Amino acid sequence: MTNFKRAALAATVSVLAMAGSVSADTVKFAFIDPLSGPMGSSGDAGFTSFKLAAEHINAAGGVNGDQIEVVGYDNKVSPKESLVQLQKAIDSGARYILQGNGSSVAAAIIDAVNKHNARNPGEEVVYFNYAAVTPAFTNEACSFWHFRFDAHADMKMNAITDWIKSRDDIKKVYLIGQDYVFGEAVAAAALEQLSEKRPDIEIVGNELHPLAKVKDFTPYIQKIISSGADAVITGNWGSDMTLLVKAAADSGLKIPFLTFYGGSLGAVAALGEGSIGTLYQVTEGITNLEASDDQYALIEEYKDRFPDYDYYYHRAFVTMNMFDMAAEKAGSNDPIAVAKALEGLTYDGAYGTVTMRAEDHQAQQPLYISTVSKDVKYGVDNIDLGWALVDNGTIPATAAEAPTTCKMERPE
Amino acid sequence: METIVFSLLNGIIYGLLLFMLSSGLTLIFSMMGVLNFAHASFYMLGAYFAYTVMGATNYWVALILAPIIVGVVGMGVERWGLRRVHANGHVAELLFTFGLAYLIDEIVKIVWGRTSVNYQVPDALNFPLFTIYNAQYSAYRIFILFVAIFMLCALWYLLKKTRAGLIIQAALTHPHMVGHLGHNVPAIFMGVFGAGCALAGLAGVIGGNYFITDPAMAVQMGPIVFVVVVVGGLGSLEGAFVAAMLIGLLQTFAISINASFADIFGFLGLSPTSEFGSITIASMAPMLPFLLLVLILIVRPTGLMGDREV
Amino acid sequence: MTTDYAALEPSRSEKFRQRILPLILFALLLVVIPFFGPSRTTLTLLNHMGINIVFALAFNMLLGRAGLLTFGHAVYVGLGGYFCVHILNWIDASDGGFWSSVPVFSMPIWGFAMGALAGAVIGWPSCKRSGTPFAMISLGVAELMAAFAYMFDSFFGGEMGISGDRMSGPEFLGLSLGPLDEVYWFIAFWTFVGVALMFAFTRTPLGKLSEATRDNPERVQFIGFNPTRVRYLVFIFSGAFAGMSGGMAAVQDEIFTPESLSLIPSGAVLIAAYIGGIRYFTGPIMGAIVLTYMQSNLSDYSAGWLLYLGLLFICVVMFVPNGIAGMVYGGYDAVRKGKTAEVLGQFALRALGVALMAVSVIVIVEVAFRYSEGYGEVFEPFGLSLPPESVLTWILAVVPLAAGIWLTRHVTRKAEEV
Repeated sequence: MTNFKRAALAATVSVLAMAGSVSADTVKFAFIDPLSGPMGSSGDAGFTSFKLAAEHINAAGGVNGDQIEVVGYDNKVSPKESLVQLQKAIDSGARYILQGNGSSVAAAIIDAVNKHNARNPGEEVVYFNYAAVTPAFTNEACSFWHFRFDAHADMKMNAITDWIKSRDDIKKVYLIGQDYVFGEAVAAAALEQLSEKRPDIEIVGNELHPLAKVKDFTPYIQKIISSGADAVITGNWGSDMTLLVKAAADSGLKIPFLTFYGGSLGAVAALGEGSIGTLYQVTEGITNLEASDDQYALIEEYKDRFPDYDYYYHRAFVTMNMFDMAAEKAGSNDPIAVAKALEGLTYDGAYGTVTMRAEDHQAQQPLYISTVSKDVKYGVDNIDLGWALVDNGTIPATAAEAPTTCKMERPE
Repeated sequence: METIVFSLLNGIIYGLLLFMLSSGLTLIFSMMGVLNFAHASFYMLGAYFAYTVMGATNYWVALILAPIIVGVVGMGVERWGLRRVHANGHVAELLFTFGLAYLIDEIVKIVWGRTSVNYQVPDALNFPLFTIYNAQYSAYRIFILFVAIFMLCALWYLLKKTRAGLIIQAALTHPHMVGHLGHNVPAIFMGVFGAGCALAGLAGVIGGNYFITDPAMAVQMGPIVFVVVVVGGLGSLEGAFVAAMLIGLLQTFAISINASFADIFGFLGLSPTSEFGSITIASMAPMLPFLLLVLILIVRPTGLMGDREV
Repeated sequence: MTTDYAALEPSRSEKFRQRILPLILFALLLVVIPFFGPSRTTLTLLNHMGINIVFALAFNMLLGRAGLLTFGHAVYVGLGGYFCVHILNWIDASDGGFWSSVPVFSMPIWGFAMGALAGAVIGWPSCKRSGTPFAMISLGVAELMAAFAYMFDSFFGGEMGISGDRMSGPEFLGLSLGPLDEVYWFIAFWTFVGVALMFAFTRTPLGKLSEATRDNPERVQFIGFNPTRVRYLVFIFSGAFAGMSGGMAAVQDEIFTPESLSLIPSGAVLIAAYIGGIRYFTGPIMGAIVLTYMQSNLSDYSAGWLLYLGLLFICVVMFVPNGIAGMVYGGYDAVRKGKTAEVLGQFALRALGVALMAVSVIVIVEVAFRYSEGYGEVFEPFGLSLPPESVLTWILAVVPLAAGIWLTRHVTRKAEEV
């Protein structure tokens, strides 16, 4: 009989415990990005950043008293697989989606989220895009359910061309990119903005090559040398970026290679000292910027916890903190309320003020042009080279801003 | 003139690198009929072993030691894996290597991490050797040239002029006869597979620091190696050499041609702003080897210099 | 003595049991599944399984039946699927006219047609060869097509691909195709149609001829057929069914991106078909189910899922060349021959051996993965703590492995003695 009582007591306790856990809910974030395979490391670097950001918020009392949980879903960078994982995430109770690697995946997720929200009212999900930079997502293809915390390609190009404007010694620019929408968009944006800001600059080459098919970039480099270019602008990422700059270093071409993705994991390690003064990148912040002690502590904590990676996804922390602010402001963790509160929200980040523009859900923030240097506080890729700000490298948010054609449909 | 000199030089270097990569595959392919899908994975292993050995000793030791280690790994794979699968036919063998490629990729990630490693050109070779038309040629590029030519000569001598080469060549076409003559054919197969892998490993040591050493390098190199071997023709080392050079030169020359389809077919009314017309020859260059592969196989299934159908 | 061939013909009941009954059972299974109230995740997974079943069977028409290995079969799925997404958009945009009367339900038919067309165009040059040249041509074509997909934005939509809306156009059978359970009926219907048609194909003279061409093309020539043409026709059908699965995918996912034409899905279907067993008609079905499940769910449990997949694949190639279907039918045969106890005993011992090896492999892989990622995480299955330096870890990594190898070898040797 005592056994029965004990069992009943245990059952009651566990039911109570469950009820208790319901009142102190968890807000589930689904991180849908590659966590295995060739792109696994870049997804993992983002995942660890989001997890650390969530831990910090939880330690400070959570969001409206609730704890944040970030769960990883491995999408193998396949848009189709992402849809399966998205469904899995939604069914497990996630109302916030985090994704960044690959515009094809981002497009699939935006589309699926739009349709899901239209077909399942009351069960809305919101998608925080932290790295897919195709401008269309906050222009013609904009959605109320999509927020982008990274600057899009045209904004980054704005930063690059602004910097070029300040460099009178650059007279000839060479454009090279991967032969697909993104590469073409980067080239088109560069052409347009340069002709506006520096009409005297001559575009001495506009080259596209197939995606991830070129092994030896030396012939391209020699075309660049022959053209007499003073700077190269490229949207290349992955091995296309690394091999391009590596071939340049081998051929003794010491001109700035202005990239979007120079800071990708392992790029500096692969290039070694050849990247000094050659590899440039545009980002929303680098670890070697002047910052508060809290920020330095965060950078060091990240490196300590995840020694394989570096503090690169600053925007992951911005995303989570802005979510926290919006939810507190709305007084609710409901996706629609949070989404509405996020519109127009301003956040004082470690590297400047971030504003979520209401018309198109595109974060506006200062951008920084940096290059690889030996003389830095924090190295990357576990070697002593790191990123340092270049002269006139700070591009204020207003200068980087790009107009939008978004006509947003908001829910009632 | 400038363009031609550049393209020639670059084409030859790239072609030789391709040849280094594919010579091992040709050996294995022609001897055992196995299209070794994991060949590029052995190339990757070569680069990683070299990185580790170089960390402990120096580059020159790595240059010798890493290919040997890769060769031993290859022999193990043949002895305990491939030989077992052999009875189930060529498709099974091919699929075995297909799975092996997955496995090696993952193991490399566990052992050396998921991002690229800092495997650099040794200081002794890291200087510009000469400059033409403002472009520097690093000593390492020329070093690649010499290693590849040395390898070509050594291979040729071994296969054509030594007794071991004769036996291998005989085992290639008439394995049973060679077996009846008292040679241990399985051992020859194992040796050849190991040697083929070692050659891939050597290419990895050379190419790993010339390009980048990361877990994706095998996947990126995979397809092009097949193209070289198949275009060159089965069982023909000379064919592989010619194909590698042809592809190297074709690709680099194409890169220097800025003409678009509209420029060429403009007389047919193709507009330069149309999607097809705006494609330039240069942007198509890296796809040319695959086009060549399809065309060659349709027109001449033995490949350029092969003596039997692939 | 002459053989009476008429007597060799299977009786009607045999025909029914072997040809019709499995299809009826399959249809019943498809109908019963929704009554268990699957979640939306399960439905999504089931729908992808249906798509992959059709794709894997189409692929196996070439590899298993005709003996043609291809590395680029996803090209036909992609072309069929892209075409169907375009049709979805035409239906959505149409105002009267032809497309406004086309139900979305018919998408797989359009995919079928497009796949057949693509197969007819690409197959013409490539089917002149068989064996390795055919495989290499397919590899080259796949690489070219994948590159083109990124270059021609108007058809392929660039990196972002093209998306459509499956809820447009006239409804068919009262299915709005909005909620996933309605999509399930759509997929189930077409999966059944695809499986039944491809099964029927194996019974046609062309299906039989394709097997003959695989085994002995010269003899096929002797009896008056042209092997090249047989291969070509089979290739068109195979492309068509692949395109059909593309049409199904277009409705399920409502988006197609250039990756769907690449070597990755082509390789995945090869693995699926082989794991399932290419010698059996049902093999690719089993393989597609297992692989789809593994691809979507194994990654939830372990970061090393690709390693497990590679290991599984290699083990199947090395030790079970007839795949899952081979094991199933082998067991079934033994049961029919009345050797149930014997086979069951052997099977149990083997399973034990494999399970023991699996324990070690899992321990090694998981500990290694955690060690290499360096977050200081410890592998803790069932409350056991297994850090890399603990003795228990090493014991678990070595002892079960050795025991498993010994056990399976022992069973194999015994079986050979008998």
